[in-house]
Amino acid sequence: MSGHSTYEPKSGLETWLDSRLPILRFANDTIVTFPTPKNLNYWWTFGAILALMLGIQIVTGIVLAMHYIPHVDMAFNSVQRIKRDVNYGWLIQGMHANGASMFFLAVYVHMFRNLYYGSYKAPREVLWLLGCVIYLLMIGTAFFGYVLPWGQMSFHGAVVITNLIGALPVVGHAITTWLWGGFAVDDPTLNRFFSLHYLLPFMIAGVVGLHIWALHVPGNNNPVGIDVRSPQDSVPFHPYYTVKDGFAISVFLILYGVFVFWLPDALGDAANYIKANPLVTPQHIVPEWYLLPFYAILRALPNKLMGVIAMFGAIATIFVLPWLDTSKVRSMRYRPTIRLYFFIFVLDCIVLGFCGAHSPDDLVIPGVVGPQFLDANLNSFVWLSRIAALYYFAYFWVITPLMGLTETPLPVPETISSPVLSHPAAMPAGAAASPEKRG
Amino acid sequence: MLRKSLALAALGLALGLSWAAGPAFAASTQEEPKDVHWSFEGPFGKFDKEQVQRGYKVYREVCSACHSMDLMYYRNLGQKGGPFFDPKYQNPNENPVVKSLAHDIQVKDIDQDTGDVISRPATPADKFLAPFPNEPAARASNGGALPPDLSVITRAREGGPAYIYSLLTGFKGPPSDMSLPAGKYYDPYFPGDLTSSMKPGMAGHKPPVGGAIGMPPPLADGKVTFDDGKPSTVNEEAYDVVAFLEWAAEPKAEERKQFGLGAMIYLLIFSGLLYASYKKLWKNIEH
Repeated sequence: MSGHSTYEPKSGLETWLDSRLPILRFANDTIVTFPTPKNLNYWWTFGAILALMLGIQIVTGIVLAMHYIPHVDMAFNSVQRIKRDVNYGWLIQGMHANGASMFFLAVYVHMFRNLYYGSYKAPREVLWLLGCVIYLLMIGTAFFGYVLPWGQMSFHGAVVITNLIGALPVVGHAITTWLWGGFAVDDPTLNRFFSLHYLLPFMIAGVVGLHIWALHVPGNNNPVGIDVRSPQDSVPFHPYYTVKDGFAISVFLILYGVFVFWLPDALGDAANYIKANPLVTPQHIVPEWYLLPFYAILRALPNKLMGVIAMFGAIATIFVLPWLDTSKVRSMRYRPTIRLYFFIFVLDCIVLGFCGAHSPDDLVIPGVVGPQFLDANLNSFVWLSRIAALYYFAYFWVITPLMGLTETPLPVPETISSPVLSHPAAMPAGAAASPEKRG
Repeated sequence: MLRKSLALAALGLALGLSWAAGPAFAASTQEEPKDVHWSFEGPFGKFDKEQVQRGYKVYREVCSACHSMDLMYYRNLGQKGGPFFDPKYQNPNENPVVKSLAHDIQVKDIDQDTGDVISRPATPADKFLAPFPNEPAARASNGGALPPDLSVITRAREGGPAYIYSLLTGFKGPPSDMSLPAGKYYDPYFPGDLTSSMKPGMAGHKPPVGGAIGMPPPLADGKVTFDDGKPSTVNEEAYDVVAFLEWAAEPKAEERKQFGLGAMIYLLIFSGLLYASYKKLWKNIEH
């Protein structure tokens, strides 16, 4: 799809530049004339939303770094000072803190969209792998960033997570000491976390560049999951998708704004308004909402090392997904059986999130004391997280490979243009198709 | 098991410990905060300036005897959105009300000529005077308990302003089957576990909801005389001081909401225009 360049220099200067550094040709081919399938729906706008969020986080973060003090005695107050005394500091800090949540919200939508429409399948495996690397870097960046305000949850979250490495046999303790820069989470830890928090976003930006490069070789996947076959199947990226993505971005910003302007603390924890105190441990240590599913998997297992392995395994699993999927049909529009399992999987991730937010021994159905099974009450969140974690892994390692071999997919249309005329899922032409599927 | 993980974390952690075999912690209980409402709630809520002024007086005359507010400066009282803001004095350091409020307070300083420690009247640029020089001093004067800094207290507690209000107005004599150690007071809104405070022989009784707090009931009817003649009941004092504390927790909250309204209106119009452009542009594309 990237094929032949249609760029024509319009002035002498552009011609001169084009034979020396064809940067305008590159820009033109990537964001102006780039042929894009014409049937992309709103789920495809999250790529642009994510690019914007990365930009917002980097810009607001650079300004915050001008005022922030990475020192255990001053970090907490310096963040408060930004909100009180820096011009529009409340806005910059609020955008950055809530921006992290919005960034993850968008990345999860982007990833679920990918799963549903099979965008990770050949020839887009490298594109998917790069996306997984970005996600992993995002988790690291978010974790380091959450430590910086040096509240109670920052500190004790850092203690819990860094201690996970201590679960590794033999070398665990040495590595933790090395990470901490001492024998506990302290000033050296805060300083290096600040340094890494500033570094990782630029690594993300670099991998995003590769991600977009890898996207532009095979071109976009699309809701029907078949390749672009003729020029009628695609439209130039600009203005068609710049305007559509622009609209989606604007709507997304409204949601973002609701949090920044009206609910700035809704996604945070009250304990993080208390300055870190190593001697007082908060009653419930929980990560931010976007990491709760992994936290639930970590705590689902009775042994710490097993928990750590399961948690990292949950992330590692998504890397190998392209090689676990045996189906040649990309879009789940034509795979009614696995579609059901996919929706259960989405629900399962949300259930894992709830499990991560609760104490493992809390009762799922209040008031009902279920029977004891092995080491815990069957009606407790620990059993719910075990069942949910089991489904998480089963979805990737059992359901996905088996389904590709056993299911009978629906007939896939010949071209992108043909299902437009008769929408799939046995929908009569002209009937009120769900608007989000039509774009 | 979660609490177990906390304990583990705090102890620096040993290898291969089982998460499941943790000690059973008795559950902490507390009453749901009272249903109270303030003018500052919601996206359009604003502070009642007079209420925040009264609240400052309660803080100044009652709370500040034990609680610091290290993030607050006297100038904050006169800044835009503050309780003593006067449009004539855009620079709060020149605001005569703020100057005189600060002047009433003596702060420690260093004499620049001799290097001696001296006392001088505070200026608007000074930090709110802290009652104790350090944490051990604060604990020594409060039976071992540390009065928390109040700068962001309404954000630092689950339940927010309603919780602080309930705590301040919720003190009760302890139930008869319970005996509290000296210097501890029963408040059903304070989270705690009173199992160990049951009188001997009453150990089988269900402990009352709530906890034992190190703070004696701070407010009383008529304890503060409000300048605007408002009757100073415990409820009124608590209601006003919480409004002050909420303002102090985020002095820019009003600016945030106002700015947000403009930004949201802009985004709504912008989204509408983009949608119209999108529809027009794609009109002839079958998709």
